[in-house]
Amino acid sequence: MKYFGLKVHEAHKLIKDREISSEQLTKSIMDRIEDVEGIVHGYVTVTKEYALKKAREMDKKIAEGEEPGPLSGIPCAIKDNICTKDILTTCSSKILKNFKPPYSATVYQKLEEQGCIMIGKTNMDEFAMGSSTENSGFFTTRNPWDPARVPGGSSGGSSAVVAADEALFALGSDTGGSIRQPASFCGVVGFKPTYGRVSRYGLIAFASSLDQIGPITKDVRDCALILNAICGHDPMDSTSVSADVPDFTRFVDKDIKGIKLGVPKEYYTMQIDDSVKKETGEAVTNLANIGAEKVELEMPYTAYALPAYYLINPAEASSNLARYDGIRYGFTYEDAENLLEAYKKTRSSGFGPEVKRRIMLGTYALSSGYYEDYYLKAQKVRSLIARDFDQAFKNCDVIVTPTAPTVSFRTGEKIDDPLMMYLNDIFTVPVSMAGLPAVSIPCGFVNGLPVGLQIIGKPFDEGTIIKVASAFERMLALDKVKPLFGSYVRGGA
Amino acid sequence: MSYEVVIGLEVHVELLTKSKIFCSCPTSFGDEPNTNVCPVCLGLPGVLPVINKRAVEFAILSGLALNCKVNPRSKFDRKNYFYPDLPKAYQISQYDMPVAEDGYLNIKVNGETKCIGITRVHLEEDAGKLIHAENGDYSLIDYNRTGVPLVEIVSEPDLRSHEEARVFLENLKRILQYTQVSDCKMEEGSLRCDANISVRLKGKKELGTKTELKNMNSFKAVQKGLEYEIKRQIDSLEKGERISQETLRWDEGRGLTVSMRSKEQAHDYRYFPDPDLMPLEVQQEWVEKLKGLLPEMPLQKKERYITQYGLPEYDAEVLTFSMDMADFFEDCVKEYPEPKVVSNWVMGELMGFLNAERIDITETKVTPLNLAKLLHLIDKGTISGKIGKTVFEEMFKSGEDPEAIVEEKGLLQISDTKELEKIVDEVIKINPGPVEDLKSGKKKAMGFLVGQVMKQTKGKANPQIVNKILRNRLK
Amino acid sequence: MEITKGNVEHVAELARLEITEHEKDIFTEQLSNILDYVEMLNELDTKEVSPTSHVVPLVNVFREDEIKEVLKKDEALKNAPEKEDGYFKVPRVIE
Repeated sequence: MKYFGLKVHEAHKLIKDREISSEQLTKSIMDRIEDVEGIVHGYVTVTKEYALKKAREMDKKIAEGEEPGPLSGIPCAIKDNICTKDILTTCSSKILKNFKPPYSATVYQKLEEQGCIMIGKTNMDEFAMGSSTENSGFFTTRNPWDPARVPGGSSGGSSAVVAADEALFALGSDTGGSIRQPASFCGVVGFKPTYGRVSRYGLIAFASSLDQIGPITKDVRDCALILNAICGHDPMDSTSVSADVPDFTRFVDKDIKGIKLGVPKEYYTMQIDDSVKKETGEAVTNLANIGAEKVELEMPYTAYALPAYYLINPAEASSNLARYDGIRYGFTYEDAENLLEAYKKTRSSGFGPEVKRRIMLGTYALSSGYYEDYYLKAQKVRSLIARDFDQAFKNCDVIVTPTAPTVSFRTGEKIDDPLMMYLNDIFTVPVSMAGLPAVSIPCGFVNGLPVGLQIIGKPFDEGTIIKVASAFERMLALDKVKPLFGSYVRGGA
Repeated sequence: MSYEVVIGLEVHVELLTKSKIFCSCPTSFGDEPNTNVCPVCLGLPGVLPVINKRAVEFAILSGLALNCKVNPRSKFDRKNYFYPDLPKAYQISQYDMPVAEDGYLNIKVNGETKCIGITRVHLEEDAGKLIHAENGDYSLIDYNRTGVPLVEIVSEPDLRSHEEARVFLENLKRILQYTQVSDCKMEEGSLRCDANISVRLKGKKELGTKTELKNMNSFKAVQKGLEYEIKRQIDSLEKGERISQETLRWDEGRGLTVSMRSKEQAHDYRYFPDPDLMPLEVQQEWVEKLKGLLPEMPLQKKERYITQYGLPEYDAEVLTFSMDMADFFEDCVKEYPEPKVVSNWVMGELMGFLNAERIDITETKVTPLNLAKLLHLIDKGTISGKIGKTVFEEMFKSGEDPEAIVEEKGLLQISDTKELEKIVDEVIKINPGPVEDLKSGKKKAMGFLVGQVMKQTKGKANPQIVNKILRNRLK
Repeated sequence: MEITKGNVEHVAELARLEITEHEKDIFTEQLSNILDYVEMLNELDTKEVSPTSHVVPLVNVFREDEIKEVLKKDEALKNAPEKEDGYFKVPRVIE
């Protein structure tokens, strides 16, 4: 039987009704991986034996009468920058190619406790630095909608495997758009929660003041389910907030009449493809048609978010990545004469070009004599960007923008021009800088490639985002449209 | 030409918390390598720090003990540099907003009191320990110490000699020990001291070029290192050479300072606020509560001992050297309100034995109550002062109650006049020579005769009574 | 902001990266381009603006002074490329 096309909530119903077992579901996913992974290349590691063992254990518990929770026995994929005890966690970097952490990230512990079955670790841009997954130290992931194109990044592997039905859902991480942009490129739902909502403990740090873990799912209800599972305060993360976590599924399938939809003009006048502009414009109109109220906004600092981001992010990264020296773990250059040489050779051969570039940029921005002009200036601009959002949210409930200025581009197209690549994040970065929650959901197609709509919410108001996204999804039913490669069946139907 | 020495100290002190500053590993010293570590202090990918509240309180207490202003807001920064003992390749420290600033410490050198400014007190994490192989081919790392909380205390450049620096350091150590934030054991590395040193011609306003001196691992090393470096700088200036700004290491074995790096090679630490740690906000209420925990400081205690107990300055100084010693003294005085007598016994007998055995006051079996009992026994004439010392020695060895010892060993003083008259008569009988001497006015003979009585009684005879009987008999 | 090859070399040294002559040229150009782009921040007057280093307004996030489980010795050293007698091992230290 082919169950791989199921959504989480669909699979849960079948497991709960004892119609399928977790083992059957997991095997089906393994078959699917066998079939399409040769095209997608979404996984760095597939933990087949581990997954099947866990699935059988879950089935046994259920057979013994344990009532399956919403995630019991559900196969999922984990981005390879989230630590999983004794299982390879590489960040798609050669420098961590052999790293098996002696501990698990809090999010992974939570998923395990709720019975999720991890089937593998997904490919990404090395250390999450990139927007195409071409910066993986191992191989490039393909977009299931067109394998000649990129899946976006850095959570390209997570997005691609969900789009290709190689997992029921995945966890990604988002620093400047790394969940939302690949979700947009792959036609899936990608949610970046409010900074502080989900524990970062065990997420391999890239830019600590921006990083946040979130779900990549096949629809909005699944997204709400996963948020329920991963949100919440963690005493191991000092930046984790103890705000109430509502049941996010309560916001699914609700009326959005009277919801105020902020539309900032800056997002539609910056460098953006006309076709993407048109699709997102229509999305706004559609939302208005089902009762939302459109509010025009001005957010004058929007354009400054990206340059500020490209100082803060590399600065923090340069410090976070200094620990990779080949002494305690990871790749090491073996023939060094002395320590200094060992440091340099290990780091130079272990890191790829984009990582080196950001380390260089960040080191420069923090170095003596430049700190105030670069890092401090960027932090001040960050305050202005946050102020922009504060102002905007006085007049609206959510803000709606395109997720990315283009649809997926061809592999190799932008890889040699870092700045061009950075511009992919132009609409997602301001949100990250302000630490706000936002989702990307499919809102249409351009030449057969998905376009994403970004819905941004107030701090800790993920619920309203879910509400709007769910209403929008119900209207267009784009969650039913899937990439047409290989054969698949809609399981359970 | 006459030179003036300018010294400022940077002192690192390990705080006496149970667990490390950012994780829950133990801070114990001397365990097997890499056994007190966890993913957090090993700096494994993905881990995050969470600050130990007690470490913050100890830092505040240190600041208060040094008369500092506690900052209502402070924050943690990353100090970035590569070294194998630093697993994250950055040290979490405090750059521009330390826990406390602007304090002072009074020291007394050559009878004069001098106020030494404390620039700041900040919190940071300790690094691991590097052991270099003898052949120099490789090094080994133990991360047990990584993440042990430290306060760094920076003094103003107010010290004018190596002597002042030593006294400052001693006072600082005593204050921190009093405050119970650190054991300040230099030999275990829980107190470490670096110095900034420069010299200038007397009367000049501007400072000379300074050098930073590291690796002075004992009080002796501080003294010798500073002495050497001051002389080196003066000699250079005398020869018309310039001092270059550099970091030096004190080489204890060779007894000289060695250059580690020049100004050009100085680290660029690229400090920035640690995004993983939230700022500290220290409300006045919290400060007041901690202030309430501060003990009386050594100098105040000393003054009080002089005024309240009428002790000589020397006694007050010695007794307040450690809080445990001072507590012992005062506990004893409560039971036996003759401060000078207690002081004599504590400084003479007790310290004598402690030094001989090389143990600390906290390790002695003698209790203040027992010492007081002993002194009462002497006062009551139950035993003589001389026997008292014997009893004390036994108390020191066994920790037993003095009354029990006196009883057990039959050391009761003989004050029974009849019994003593018998012994005195016996002594007179067998010592006709000295008796004659005494009668003919040779006072010395009296001592001899008393001594003979003491000998007969094994020291237990009450000397006053013996004297009286002798005088009566030989009138 | 023009960044020189000398800057690039200095920064590489600070970051403990060994870069080839070719990489130096590329980085010089790319970093210059990025810093040119970033230059637009100077259009904004931020004299009166305070910097944001955290987006969540938390203060005094503490844990109690308690000892919890440590790693087992073999676990601590498990991923280490070089070790000896329970220690991590590194080549000769020269600064």
